[in-house]
Amino acid sequence: MTLTQRYRFIYKPLVFIACLVPLAWLASGAFGWFGASLGPDPVKELEHEAGKTALNLLLLTLAVTPVRELTSQPQLLRLRRMLGLFVFFYVVLHFTIYLVLDLELNFATLGADIAKRPYITIGFTALLLLIPLAVTSTNRMMRRLGRRWQTLHRLVYVIAVLGVWHFYWQVKRDVREPLLYAGILAVLLGYRVLRAIARRRAAARAAVHSTPARPAAPVTSTSRGPSLSPSASD
Amino acid sequence: MTTRVPRIAPSEITPPEVYFSRRALLAGALATGASALLPAAEAPQAQGTALSYTANPQYSVKDTPNKYEEIAGYNNFYEFGTDKDDPSHNAHTLKTRPWSVTVSGEAEVRGTFDLDDLLKGLALEERVYRFRCVEAWSMVVPWVGFPLSSLLARFKPTSRAKYVEFTTLYDPRQMPGQRVPVLNWPYVEGLRIDEAMHPLTLMVVGLYGRVLPNQDGAPLRLIVPWKYGFKGIKSIVKIDFTSVQPRTAWNVAAPNEYGFYANVNPQVDHPRWSQATERRIGAPFLAARRPTLPFNGYAEQVASLYQGMDLRRYF
Repeated sequence: MTLTQRYRFIYKPLVFIACLVPLAWLASGAFGWFGASLGPDPVKELEHEAGKTALNLLLLTLAVTPVRELTSQPQLLRLRRMLGLFVFFYVVLHFTIYLVLDLELNFATLGADIAKRPYITIGFTALLLLIPLAVTSTNRMMRRLGRRWQTLHRLVYVIAVLGVWHFYWQVKRDVREPLLYAGILAVLLGYRVLRAIARRRAAARAAVHSTPARPAAPVTSTSRGPSLSPSASD
Repeated sequence: MTTRVPRIAPSEITPPEVYFSRRALLAGALATGASALLPAAEAPQAQGTALSYTANPQYSVKDTPNKYEEIAGYNNFYEFGTDKDDPSHNAHTLKTRPWSVTVSGEAEVRGTFDLDDLLKGLALEERVYRFRCVEAWSMVVPWVGFPLSSLLARFKPTSRAKYVEFTTLYDPRQMPGQRVPVLNWPYVEGLRIDEAMHPLTLMVVGLYGRVLPNQDGAPLRLIVPWKYGFKGIKSIVKIDFTSVQPRTAWNVAAPNEYGFYANVNPQVDHPRWSQATERRIGAPFLAARRPTLPFNGYAEQVASLYQGMDLRRYF
């Protein structure tokens, strides 16, 4: 079996099923399958668990790049699109539960909430920002957008910050759990910042070595000059 | 005094006999299923012991009460954890007897009293009250207790007693949630003296005709039905008559979000969510959200307490 076949027939189906486990758990609680129960307030439970699943998968999606780079498993990238689309799925589910089960389709309250409640405003913004990413997730759109695709999909960093912020802001008092999410997100985003800095330095050094006559102005504008950190990209 | 079975549709609840039989079995030789049915001849102490009380229809709403499992399984009692199901899992560590209450401040009768001595001679009544949480959910609860005024009168508050301050037990060994500085422990709540003396203000020792479960604030808690639930301080060990407004726990924690008065008011939103409507716990899907009533539906009885006050400012 080739690597592509293993991904197509084994890994991807496994990830797909794993991503559906939270949905199955919520459904069994909601419908009382296997004696499962969501407790005295099933609506809040469904709403919160769908939202938290979306956040978990979002952090997992953002973990793909660091993990594949640090473990030299570049092929992991093949799983990222599916994870990202499941984020979108659970965010839409979260919003639908909020609108249908929690607000009971009271659109006036929905409008007031989005306009007046900052945590709902930012949550809703994150949902809207996810739409273009989901729409442009196909191979055809990737080809069509070319370089702009990556630029567009950097929106996911903004979405992740909004998502964790949304979680933090709706908690009444005990912010330990949202702070944990914020910490993990900080690590995942911090990794990218450090990597970008390291790459710039490496590029600058390469530029210095290959064309010493040309000043490397744009890259040396980072806080420290390239020559000061010979070990940064070692 | 008569013992009555709480008025509720049989289909609505697990019969307490069944619910408590598990506990009775665990308790072994002493407690049998039948003991739960005995009137409270001996001092009622253990959770689930039947209490002697009369129903007070004058102060009861007509709504169907929530199930026992909902009232005892969905609690905000941060002393036992911040999730709604934490208290029901963790509150067994609380020892509710012996229990003493210290009375201090602007009153003629002060000192530390054994709770059972304090309760002597106080007639218990059942009142079915609406309960509205500041988090915009609500329940209907058949409490058993007595008017706070009848207890406070025994201490003969002086004319300088403008407020009453209540304090929850502080003991992190019994209340593991107090090891986490979510709030400034111990929990403190307070009322203006006229609010405290109002006939609707209830000191609660029981639920569904039986001794209050620990997670609901045993052995002694406050219920002020026209205010948000967090005013109903639980597991009270201290009553202090003061001339200055008490610094209450949630108000200290987030003064812009939780006021001292905390009267249920659909017109004054919490800064982060609307208070115009509420979701009734236990109601069917798509039929749970209902409008929140001014003073939680008790405006007729209590609105006069706040005449002339700007309720947006004194939220």
